[in-house]
Amino acid sequence: MVISKKPRSQNHYPNPNFMREDRTEMSEDDDRSSPSDSVNTIDSCSNKTTSGSTSGSGPSSIPEYQAPYPDQVLENVLENVLCFLTSRRDRNAASLVCRSWYRVEALTRSDLFIGNCYAVSPRRATSRFTRIRSVTLKGKPRFADFNLMPPNWGAHFAPWVSAMAKAYPWLEKVHLKRMTVTDEDLAVLAESFFGFKELVLVCCDGFGTNGLAVVASRCRQLRVLDLIESEVSDDEVDWISFFPESATCLESLIFDCVDCPINFDALERLVARSLSLKKLRLNRYVSIGQLHRLMVRAPQLTHLGTGSFRPSEDVAQGEQEPDYTSAFAASKSLVCLSGFRDIIPDYLTAIYPVCASLTSLNLSYANINAEQLKPIIGNCHKLQIFWVLDSICDEGLQAVAATCKELRELRVFPIDAREDSEGPVSEVGLQAISEGCRKLQSILYFCQRMTNAAVIAMSKNCPDLVVFRLCIMGRHRPDHVTGEPMDEGFGAIVMNCKKLTRLAVSGLLTDRAFNYFGRYGKTVRTLSVAFAGDSDMALKYVLEGCPRLQKLEIRDSPFGDAALLSGRHHYYNMRFLWMSSCKLTSGGCQQIAQELPHLVVEVFNHEFDEDMGNFVNTLYMYRSLEGPRDDAPKFVSIL
Amino acid sequence: MAYEGDLNLKATELRLGLPGSDEPKKQASAPSIRSNKRASPEIAEESRTRSNSSASIAENGDRGIDEPPAKAQVVGWPPIRSYRKNCFQTKQNDAEGEGACMYVKVRVDGAPYLRKIDLKVYKSYPELLKALENMFKLTIGEYSEREGYNGSNYSPTYEDKEGDWMLVGDVPWEMFICSCKRLRIMKGSETKGLSCL
Repeated sequence: MVISKKPRSQNHYPNPNFMREDRTEMSEDDDRSSPSDSVNTIDSCSNKTTSGSTSGSGPSSIPEYQAPYPDQVLENVLENVLCFLTSRRDRNAASLVCRSWYRVEALTRSDLFIGNCYAVSPRRATSRFTRIRSVTLKGKPRFADFNLMPPNWGAHFAPWVSAMAKAYPWLEKVHLKRMTVTDEDLAVLAESFFGFKELVLVCCDGFGTNGLAVVASRCRQLRVLDLIESEVSDDEVDWISFFPESATCLESLIFDCVDCPINFDALERLVARSLSLKKLRLNRYVSIGQLHRLMVRAPQLTHLGTGSFRPSEDVAQGEQEPDYTSAFAASKSLVCLSGFRDIIPDYLTAIYPVCASLTSLNLSYANINAEQLKPIIGNCHKLQIFWVLDSICDEGLQAVAATCKELRELRVFPIDAREDSEGPVSEVGLQAISEGCRKLQSILYFCQRMTNAAVIAMSKNCPDLVVFRLCIMGRHRPDHVTGEPMDEGFGAIVMNCKKLTRLAVSGLLTDRAFNYFGRYGKTVRTLSVAFAGDSDMALKYVLEGCPRLQKLEIRDSPFGDAALLSGRHHYYNMRFLWMSSCKLTSGGCQQIAQELPHLVVEVFNHEFDEDMGNFVNTLYMYRSLEGPRDDAPKFVSIL
Repeated sequence: MAYEGDLNLKATELRLGLPGSDEPKKQASAPSIRSNKRASPEIAEESRTRSNSSASIAENGDRGIDEPPAKAQVVGWPPIRSYRKNCFQTKQNDAEGEGACMYVKVRVDGAPYLRKIDLKVYKSYPELLKALENMFKLTIGEYSEREGYNGSNYSPTYEDKEGDWMLVGDVPWEMFICSCKRLRIMKGSETKGLSCL
C-alpha cells in the first residue's frame, strides 16, 4: 500500500471501503460518507500481534476471537465498543487511529460497501475484513444506463462471488448495482452461502430466469429477492415454482422488471405460504384479476407493485369483475404502491381507500391525465415519494402541490422521451411544486420548457433540497421566456440549497453557471453535465471549487485536456470521472495517467477511431488500489 | 442505438435491409464518434441549433432500416433508460399505425436455444417460411389447407393472443401478424398427427 504523508487538505490516499446504511431503494446513490481526510500509514499486511484474529475455525462458523494475551484485553474492549459503530464513515475514521484500531475495526465490520468494484480487488477486501455478513457492490457508472457504454465492459460479479464463497460462507446479504451477474454466479451464490437471506440486484444484467430458479430453490432462508430495473433474460423457466414447497421466510419479492410470463398459480400458492411477506412487486404479466386474488391472500402487505392493472384479454366485456376497491380497503398496511404497468385508467380509483395512508406512490408507468389523477392525489396527504409521468401536465402537478405537503421526493418522467416532443410540463408545474411542497428534498424533472424564475423560486422555497436534477430535453435550450441561459437558475440552486449533494444540469449553460457551482457547491458530491459550458474554464471552476465532489459525469461538452489536468489535485478523492464526446485527446489522458499512478484511466476505442483523429471519445477514470484490471475488453484501453 | 442489450443475437440477427445497411448497429456507433469530432470545435455555434443531423443517429425504437427518423436523435439523450422508453414507444407506434418492429421468439424442437425474428420485415407467408428455413437450416414443406405442411418433418405453429397453438398459414397474413405472439416449429411425430386430423 502507498504510504504518504501529506497535509490533511491534500488527500492522496484512496480509501474506498465505505460502509453504507441500508436503504430499501437503491436507485438513489446516496452514500453519506466522504473520503477520509487524514493520512493512512497502516500497512494492512502487518499483523504482528499473536491475536489469532485472522484465523478462522472451520468454514461453517464465524472465526472465534481467541487470544489470552494481555494486549488483547484492550483489543477485546475495543471490539466490544466498535461493534456499535454502524456508519461506514465512522468506521473508516476509527480504522485510521492506529494499528490496533485498524485491526479491530476490520474484525467487527459486518457490512462491506464497495462503491466501485474495480477500486479494490476481492482478495484485498476479503483479507482485510474477515467477518462480513453483508456486501454491497457497485459496478458500472450511471451513464451505462443510457447506452453510452459498450456492452461487455466489465463489472463482473464472478470474481467477487468466488472470493466470498471462500471467505464468507456465512454471508447473508448481497446488494449489487450495475454489475454483470451470470446464472453461474447465482448458482455459486446459492451453493456457497448456507444462511443466505437477501439478494438485491439493481440495474444488473447477464442473468436470466434460470439463475432465479437456482436461487429460489437453494436459498432456503431467503427473505428478500429484489430485482429492480434489471435486465433478466427469459429462459422460459418457471422460476416461481422453484421456491420450497413448505412455508417460506420471504419478506420481500420484487420482480416487476422480470419481463416474462410467470406461473400465476404457483405465485398464488407461494404468496399463501409466505406469511412474512410484506413487499410484493409484480410484473406486467399479472392482470388485475390475478392481483385481486393475491391481495386477498396477503392483506398484510406494506409495499405492493400492482402488475399491469388491467384485466387479462380473456375476460369478456361485461363479465362480473371482483371488487378491487374492497381488496384495497382490506389492505390496511399498504404504504407504498407502484406498478400500473399497462393501466386502464378507469381502474385507478380502486386504490382510493389506501391513498390516505400512502407514503410512496409510483405512477410512472401510468399514462393518465390530470383529471384522472386528481381524485387520487387529493387524498394522498401523507405522500412523501411520488413518481409520475408528465402526462398529468402542469395541472396535475398543481394538484400534487395542493395536497402533498409532506412530499420529499418527486420524479416526473416524460411519456415521450424525445428532444422535440410536446412537453406537457413546464416551469408552471415546477413553480407550483416549489410553493406547495416546501419539504422537498429530491427532485427529478423532465420537461421541454423552463425558466430561471421557476428554478430560482424552487431554490428559495425548498431549502432542504439534497438532490436537484432538471432535464430540459431539448439540448441547449435557454429560458423560454427571457431567452437567457439557465445559469441563474442553477446558480441559485447551489447558492440557496445548503444541503445539496447531487446536481444534474441541462439547458443552455455558459461558463458562468459553472462558476457558480465552483463558488457555492461546497457540499456537492455528484454532478451530471450534458451539452453545457463554453470552455475549459467551466470544468476548472468545478474541479477547483467543489471539494466534496466524488462523481462527475460529463458528456458532449467542450472541455479539453487543460481542464482535465486542472483536477489532478482532486482525482484521488473522487470515485470516478466520466467524460464522453468532449474535447479530450489521448495526449491529455496519457498525461493524467502518468501523473496519477493510482488512477485507472480507461479510454474507449472504436473501430472508427481513424476518423476521430486525436480526440478521445470516452474517458472513464477512477482511483484504485489495484492498478489496471485484467478483464477489460478489446475496445477499452487502459493508459 | 449504440449499445443495446441483445448481445448474442447481434451478429446473427435476421434482418432484411437495404444493401449497405446490413450492419445497423455499427452504423449506430459510428456517428456518435463522428459527433465528437464535428461537434467539439463547433459546439458554441451549434448551441442554438437543434437539428444536428451529423451528430445524431436513430434512437431506440427506430431500427434504422425502414426509413430515416423524422427528427434525428442523439444516443442516450434524454437520459431515460431504454425499458422506460420502450414502454410507451410501442404504444405510440401502434397509435401511429406504423409499428417499428415486432419481434417474436422462435423455438424449434430440438434446437438448443431460441431465436427471435421481426415479423414486420416480412410481407407474406412464403417470405417468413423461407427465412425460418434459412435460419434453422431445415425445410418446412408445402402448405395445404387440408393437410398442413407436406413434404417435411417440420410444421410451423404459432401461439395466438388467446394462448392457443395454431398452424401457420390458415389465416390471412395481416391477421396472423396481429395475433402471433410466438412461433414454434414442431418436429416429427407430432406433425404427422396434425396431418391425420
